[in-house]
This record gives sequence, C-alpha cells and structure tokens, in this order.
Amino acid sequence: MKQLVCPFSEKSVRGLAAGDAVAIHGRIYTGRDKFHKYFADGGRLPVDFRNGALYHCGPVVIERGGGYAVVSAGPTTSVRENAYEPAFIEASGVRVIIGKGGMDSATLAAMKKFGCVYIQAVGGGGAAYADSVKRVAGVSLLKEFGAAEAVWHLDVENFRGIVAMDARGRSLFDDVRLASLRRLEEMFRS
Amino acid sequence: MADSTVERLTGLIRETSSSLPADVLAALGAALRREKRGSPASEVLKTILDNCAVAAARGTPLCQDTGSLTFFVDESLRRRVTPEKLKAAVAAATAAGCLRRNTIDAVTGASRDDNCAEGAPAVHYVRPAGGGGRPSVALLMKGGGSENMSRQYSLPDAGLAAGRDLEGVRRCVLDAVQKTQGYGCAPGVLGVCIGGDRAAGYAVAKEQLLRPLDERPGRFEARLLREANSLGIGPMGLGGRTTLLGVKVAARTRVPASFFVTVAYMCWAVRRRSIQF
Repeated sequence: MKQLVCPFSEKSVRGLAAGDAVAIHGRIYTGRDKFHKYFADGGRLPVDFRNGALYHCGPVVIERGGGYAVVSAGPTTSVRENAYEPAFIEASGVRVIIGKGGMDSATLAAMKKFGCVYIQAVGGGGAAYADSVKRVAGVSLLKEFGAAEAVWHLDVENFRGIVAMDARGRSLFDDVRLASLRRLEEMFRS
Repeated sequence: MADSTVERLTGLIRETSSSLPADVLAALGAALRREKRGSPASEVLKTILDNCAVAAARGTPLCQDTGSLTFFVDESLRRRVTPEKLKAAVAAATAAGCLRRNTIDAVTGASRDDNCAEGAPAVHYVRPAGGGGRPSVALLMKGGGSENMSRQYSLPDAGLAAGRDLEGVRRCVLDAVQKTQGYGCAPGVLGVCIGGDRAAGYAVAKEQLLRPLDERPGRFEARLLREANSLGIGPMGLGGRTTLLGVKVAARTRVPASFFVTVAYMCWAVRRRSIQF
C-alpha cells in the first residue's frame, strides 16, 4: 500500500502506476456536477487545488456541535465531468482526482501532460469513507450549490483507493475493457 | 400515535439500508479469498467488507445512494400492510436518516422531503410460491447506478449473432456483463428474464434479485456465472476473478412475434431483507 500525503508532489504522483493500491492522508476537496459547470462558466476557484486532490463525491453531511460531520461519503460517477476535467487539471494544478468509473482519453492525456492521477474509490463505500474523514475543515459554495454539491474541505486519514489512470497514459479501465471484449469474442466463437 | 406495523416496517428499512444479508456477505468473503493479496480486486473487496462492518455497527446506510424501494407483500397481508402504512414507514425512515432524499418529481425536478409520492415506494402484492410459512414482507433497495445498467434485448440480435434459443440468451447475458464493466458497482448479481412482454421482462428480472445466493444454481445459471466471471472484469471493473456473485434466471411465456431477454443488474450492495407477520 503506497501512502500519499497532501500536498502531493508532481514527482510522487508521476511515480504511481495503474493498479497501485494507495492510502491518502490530509486535505481533499469534494466537487461534482455543479462545481465543474461553475468552473467552466468562468467561476473563481474557491480553494487552492495546486498539488491537491479533488473528490467526485456528494456526501451526506449533518450539523453537529456547531460544526459538520460526514455520515456517508462514497464516490459518484466521474464520466459526467469528462467535458470539463482536462481544462480543470490544467488551470488548477490538481494532482489527484478521486472518483468512480474512470474518465475519458482527453482527461487521461491531460493527466499525463500536467502530472495527475485518477484514483478509483469503491462505489457504495460511503460508510467506510465517512470513517476516514477525521474533520470537516470547512465548506465553500454551500449556499449556491446545496449540501450534496458543495465543495467540502475534508481532512482524511487512510482513505483507500486504487490508481486506475496514471500519469504515464495508462488506464486500467481500458485494459480490462479490451481484455474482456477479446474473451467475449473467443467465447462466442466456441 | 405509535403503530406497531409501521414501526416494524421502519425497522425493516433501517436494517435493509445498513446491513447486507448473510448469504451476500458470505459471497463477498469467498470472492476476497479467491483474489491475490494486494491486487486491486483484493483491495476493493476489503474496502467493501470494511464498509459493511462499519455501516452495520452504526446502523447507518452502507451506501449513500439508498436507491429506490420496492416492497413485495404477501397477498394475505393486503389489509394489514397497506400502501399508506408503507409510506408512513418510508417517511419515518427518511426523517431518521436511514434514507437519503432520493425521490424526484420527473417533470418539475422537485425533491420530496419524505421520499413518498405516487409509485414511491413501489408496492407489489404477491401470492407466495410454496404454501405454509408465515406471511412476509420483503424489501429490495436498489441504487440508481446499478439500475442504469439493466438492459433489454430483442431476439434475434444480428450484432450478437444471437438467435431465438438458449444460445441466443447466453449471448445477450454475456454481452450485458461485458458492456456493463464495473459501472454497476461490480461484483453484482444478475436477474434474467427470458420472454414475457417488455414490462414483465423488467419486473420478473428484478424479482429474481430476491433469491438467495446460496441456493443451488440451475445448470444454465451456473454456466452463465462461470463464463461471466471468466471475462475478468472484476470488482469495480479493475480486473479480477469475481465479476458477478450470482445469476438468477426465470422464464415467462411470450407471443410468437416477440422474444425479449431482460437483464436486471444489482450492485454488490444487495440490500434485500424480509420480515414475517
């Protein structure tokens, strides 16, 4: 298990290979559909993503003791952000994108060019990921986007995932899709 | 005023949302033992099992997408377990944080605060198969990501060289698994309906998801499971030996002009549970 600690250096990110299991520690920020649309429409980034992490997630958050607590924080499907992500990677300097299901070849190319990786979190793993959130340090765009779409500032420990798209241009999803298609054709011939 | 039927139904929702049935946990555990330690598949399955333990211990939803709720109620309970009581239980479970606000008006886009609307939750009154046993209420909670992956084929299908026979059915099912990859949150369970009209196909395929994973599979089911797993898609589509935990097939009569094959995909979070009255 490789340990990734925020801030993430370009060197540490480029050293990761598709298939590596990782544990993330430190600050990550959530951002999903409304956040990406806001960015594409010219909205000012509410936090500094340089050498940071973006998590495609709409958490269930409750108010507790004057602050916030995360009840469930699993990943949401990433493909919906394909259209926005290459420009976001270039403009923000983000090093780690966490989500579910992978992203397209244009995003993969941007990751290679600017030094960024995609980490697959486990879909449906909301309770375990909520457990790894040690503190909700803040929130941005809450009034504008609502709780499920806001940018939550989460301090995590031991947030586990798999590097599924690396900064060398390899996507585990593409490998698996191609191999399974070959196997299917083989079975259809037999 | 407290109503014991509503309270029991609320408890059923809480349990279903936070803990998986024993047969599903056993299947996930067996899948973990088949994978190489440290592989992506093994790491994903470990996270899944950790997640199940955390959710069960806390009584919190094991997935934030608490999905759509479908109740299957024994016909004999029609007067005791009414749609009104089921709605009251759904509203109570939503207020208690067991269900996400997940019910959207399809025209206005408005979200319902209590998850209750026309057709939500879905309620089916069914005649139990075998006689005997006490009447029961079963609940299936299915997330949107997996529902999006359900498919219907119409035979013959030229692209798959699939004709109107079991070999054609096999091709449809394996094609569905390959197309779905990990997107339905693999390793999942397939419910398959051979025949029926389009509506019955989806209903019957979904109903198969209630069947336990530890029952003895039919020969065709066992073959489909073995072949689907040989595709190597694996947990969350990152490669591995377990792409599906089970395949459940049923058949319904058809008309000469139609031959549908319907595949309902259920994510690994097979949230189903029943209580007896």
